[in-house]
Amino acid sequence: MLRRIIALIAKELVGLWKDPKTRLVILVPPLVQVVIFAYSASYDVTNVPLGIWNDDVGTQSAELVRRFAASPAFSAVASFASPAEVRAALDAKKVAVVLHVPQDFSADVLAGRTAQAQLLLDARRSNSALMAQGYAAAIVGTFAQDLHPTHSPPLVLLTRDWFNPTLESTWFILPGLVCILSLIMSLLISALSLARERELGTFEQLLVTPLRPAEILVGKALPGIIVGLINANIVVVAALLWFRLPFRGNLPLLEAMLLLYTLTGVGIGLVLSSLARTQQQAMLGVFVCASPMIVLSGYAAPIENMPYLAELASRADPVRYMLVIARGLFLQDMPLAVVLGQAWPMALIAFTTLTVAGLAVRRAVS
Amino acid sequence: MTASLLRLRGLARKEIKQILRDPSAILIAFLMPIVLLVVNGFGISLDASEMKLAVVIEAPEENARGMLQAIDASPYLSVQRALSTHDGEAAMIDGRVRGMLVLRDDFAQRAGRPASWPAQAQLVMNATDPNTARILEGYVAGALQVWLAGQARERRLAPIGGIDLEYRDWFNPELRSADFIVPGIIAMVMTMTGTLLTALIVSREWERGTMESMLASPARMVELIAAKLGCYFALGMGSMGGAVTLAIALFGLPYRGSIGPLAAAASLFLIFALGLGLFISTLARNQFVASQLAFLTTMMPAMMLSGMLFDIAAMPRWLQFVTYAVPARYLVSTLQTLFLAGDVWAVVLPNLAGLGVAAVLAVSATLVVTRRRLD
Repeated sequence: MLRRIIALIAKELVGLWKDPKTRLVILVPPLVQVVIFAYSASYDVTNVPLGIWNDDVGTQSAELVRRFAASPAFSAVASFASPAEVRAALDAKKVAVVLHVPQDFSADVLAGRTAQAQLLLDARRSNSALMAQGYAAAIVGTFAQDLHPTHSPPLVLLTRDWFNPTLESTWFILPGLVCILSLIMSLLISALSLARERELGTFEQLLVTPLRPAEILVGKALPGIIVGLINANIVVVAALLWFRLPFRGNLPLLEAMLLLYTLTGVGIGLVLSSLARTQQQAMLGVFVCASPMIVLSGYAAPIENMPYLAELASRADPVRYMLVIARGLFLQDMPLAVVLGQAWPMALIAFTTLTVAGLAVRRAVS
Repeated sequence: MTASLLRLRGLARKEIKQILRDPSAILIAFLMPIVLLVVNGFGISLDASEMKLAVVIEAPEENARGMLQAIDASPYLSVQRALSTHDGEAAMIDGRVRGMLVLRDDFAQRAGRPASWPAQAQLVMNATDPNTARILEGYVAGALQVWLAGQARERRLAPIGGIDLEYRDWFNPELRSADFIVPGIIAMVMTMTGTLLTALIVSREWERGTMESMLASPARMVELIAAKLGCYFALGMGSMGGAVTLAIALFGLPYRGSIGPLAAAASLFLIFALGLGLFISTLARNQFVASQLAFLTTMMPAMMLSGMLFDIAAMPRWLQFVTYAVPARYLVSTLQTLFLAGDVWAVVLPNLAGLGVAAVLAVSATLVVTRRRLD
């Protein structure tokens, strides 16, 4: 039995490996994507183009403007004298933020009154606008503090960022890429496997061999698992060696979880494959499933922000659990109990999907 | 010329029949965009609400309780009392809360005499998600400001001349993240649909050899490609119209521009995407490679490099140059402006030019590759 399974796996792997283009497509994309996407995925804002609209001639407003321009978050690129100019520049995205200082700003500051200033933001990118507001509030807060050095603030908020003290975006995104790149690969390979045999008519040949349905399933599942694991580890190695991420958890534990995770990917792929008549339908199934799986996992935006139904749907998404485990093991040495709490839903998904796929193969045999 | 037109008409009829007979084209053009738009539109939300925060108060008394109330009143925060920092840490590690606010036992003493001893509150956050951590920090600081202002009013303290900074968020005053993200999702969905329509369907024709037999017919290659592009173009425009309608009807987006620039941007982008799909299918000889390439060149770049989610200006400079080669970038920028700001020609025209270049490049690359493949 073991010999038969090994022969089937060898056949599958040779099928993948013999075509140079397929070979390339399995190995190169993960590398390219790691490099490009790890650098792109940041919600942070730096050098936001800032316009200055200063109606005040005093020294206080000049100081405020100087502080904005000196901040790494903003870079002053234009100054305006009228609302029409401001509108045109914001519309055309020449500037994303405009600091407006009214005429009596310096006078108010010197007289001890509360001085007014306005920040106009291009909120077409709402998240960046929110971030820019935060930076502006900090600059203005420090400035107000420095104006009255004798009044100490009534309350100091000390913040500490655990697990990622410098708030590096790559630390956040790379563990996510480990999950996503391997998912796409294991899904695609397994989804095409049965569908290809069926489209080419070789499925019947496979069925008349002495292989039992379970053995066929194992042979069809393993290439997806192997390639998925290779892809995941390419990202892990790149994250540790090139991007210098810390790894605070247990590496064998991560590998075990990745194995379970690729099993769920392969399970879903095989179910799609057993439903599809042609490779094209199988691929369509992958495309339609993969995108929601990625989005609902919390890879791009936190799950808590989702409406209830989307949150509910995300519970059937293996990526959600693997994402917690990968981020937890890379950055925070997540305790075993917490990891296992995320692992059992994945085990359930793997078991269900593989059973369904197995039944489909058995039905085809009889 | 008339012969060419006649052949073109015949080819178009053949393509339409083929589309109607094989449901996958209709599925790609209509079912997939709807699924993707709905799931992504509801799934990607950056509007944080009810972020869970553990609060540890070492010595409960009036000041600390007042502060707790102020934080609890914030619509963005959901407070959970923790008995000790140890409990709070545990909740933070297993993800039950995003952060922990600690008021030490000397908080009351210090809060009572603010002039000499500023009171301290400690905010510890799980920064595995840096964006969320930063937003949480902003909300906690905001809630504390509200509390302090209330305290100052209660004690009738003379306001020390501070600075009041007022925010005016143009185009999206409530900072709804859907208004920002849904136009990007339309661009992502259109990249995928457009490219898949041709990549998958035509790669199967190559795999089965029906493409070669078509090319052996009297129809010229340009006519063949024009017929294919034309039919899928009509399908793609239909799905684009559906996506825009869905964005307005389901997600409540405003549409402040006019139809003309939208149609122009959508057409140019579709020609690019369909051309790219033809190019991929011609280059890759089998469906597996074609689907991998389609995935690699459409979904991930459209999501990560188009400015749909992540701000291009914050990327490293070399990567900013790379984004110029991602046509989804031009479409995202155009759509965001047309939906939220209106017909701002200074933004729309350069982006249309970018889309035009992409369309020309994709179609000519297809012609070159197909010609070479036949030799």
